[in-house]
Amino acid sequence: MTAKDHLVIKNLAKFYVNENGNMPVLEDISLCVKAQEFVVVVGASGCGKSTLLRIICGLDTDYRGAVALRGKKISGPGLDRGIVFQEHRLLPWLRVEGNLEYALQSGAAAQNKRLIAEKLALVGLSGFEKAYPAQLSGGMAQRVAIARALVNQPDILLLDEPFGALDALTRLKMQQEILRIWEKEKTTMIMVTHDIEEAVYLGSRVIVMSDRPGTIKKEFAVDLPHPRNRSAVEFLQLRKAICHEFHEDLM
Amino acid sequence: MEAVLHRAVVYTNRILLLRTAWKRILAPCVILGVWQGAVVSGLVKPVLLPPPTQVFEAMVMMLGNGELAVHLGVSIARVLEGFLLAAVLGIGLGMGMGLLPQLNDLLDGTIQLIRPIPPIAWLPMAILWFGIEEGSKIFIITLGAFFPIFINVLEGIRQTDQKYVELSQVLEVPRGKFIRKVIIPGALPFIISGLRIGLGYAWMCVVAAELSAGMKGIGFMLTDARSLAQTDKVFVGMLSIGVIGKMMDSLLRMLETKIVKWRGAFTGV
Repeated sequence: MTAKDHLVIKNLAKFYVNENGNMPVLEDISLCVKAQEFVVVVGASGCGKSTLLRIICGLDTDYRGAVALRGKKISGPGLDRGIVFQEHRLLPWLRVEGNLEYALQSGAAAQNKRLIAEKLALVGLSGFEKAYPAQLSGGMAQRVAIARALVNQPDILLLDEPFGALDALTRLKMQQEILRIWEKEKTTMIMVTHDIEEAVYLGSRVIVMSDRPGTIKKEFAVDLPHPRNRSAVEFLQLRKAICHEFHEDLM
Repeated sequence: MEAVLHRAVVYTNRILLLRTAWKRILAPCVILGVWQGAVVSGLVKPVLLPPPTQVFEAMVMMLGNGELAVHLGVSIARVLEGFLLAAVLGIGLGMGMGLLPQLNDLLDGTIQLIRPIPPIAWLPMAILWFGIEEGSKIFIITLGAFFPIFINVLEGIRQTDQKYVELSQVLEVPRGKFIRKVIIPGALPFIISGLRIGLGYAWMCVVAAELSAGMKGIGFMLTDARSLAQTDKVFVGMLSIGVIGKMMDSLLRMLETKIVKWRGAFTGV
């Protein structure tokens, strides 16, 4: 382990036990994520990529192998990790500020207020403190969810198909937004998605997972400067190469 | 500008309400007409079915001499006492059993066994235990209102979304805050439904209990008038039970829209 290794996963395996015996979900996953890296994991639905994220998050502690963040073994949820789910999971009965406040440990009111305002400004939603989630569009609600995940200044932000439920145009906008937030906050991020273009557009590294059981099939470093041009030759080539991993016959 | 628009909307709504009002009034008018016609034409005896005009006269008389107010007052006071007791017990026990599995294991079977017994079936014993007037009535009302409240509170807590539970784990939200900010607000619509149903039960229980025993209350007034063949008074009693019941429910509904305002908070488009 080098000093820059932030999140280290070694020989991670996960089984579900059912009447047919052990069903492997994840097998022999080893991955090192450096600080301030943006790692995107792509895989077909059901390949276990969300399970991987849940394990890092601490929601699923029944695994074999080693998962450690900054040298500390992960054995449960913790504020050093923030997560954004596919659905925004905002509490509908709390206003936007209430939803952010819910994430904060009890602290000085003035300090909490400042933190909330700061994070809402970061996601471009200043002035929406008093709105109820039902009054927000899907994209706006997901921004609040991102602000909530960042409000405790986590060491790593986990994104579980965060834009999967949004329409195509909103999704493009949100991709730019998360990139801007990543560049500004310098938070280490791991995103899980099935959108290859999204992966190439955002990732410093793209991890391709095979399904059933989920293993790391291949890794692609993306050495293109931001903002990336989606129709540039290098971009398209990389996208094609990743696509190739999924559908050999498509090429 | 916005205020003007708002006013215009309010007025159009009022006109629409007037336009549809005749539909609501139609059925009662027809019923009253047929009812009056049946008695006036001699088809039924007035003692078996007093005509609406006679019921109205009786009502005016009973309002005037305070007879109705006294009996209604007694019944309403009983309902409020019993209902409040049931609300405290139902919400308390529902919350306790929803949040503490041990308590649930301990009490669930017993409660499920008592529940199918109609509250009024407790009356003979209740009279022995608590006396024929207030005590036994309040016991029956409390019992009748308790179950719908209790069951809805429990259900409200049980349906807490697993997604919010996970979220709260990830955010390391302390237990008390989680209960205050997630479980209770999520269960609130259920709790209010339970209270509404419970209040309806309470009102039915008081009438049933008073019909069977005692010398006070609107239920007693019904049996008393019947034994004196004052059927117009019986109808006045029945109608006032309906009116008061509806008013109590409307009150709780207003409370519901006030408390659960986040549901209707959408004001866009």
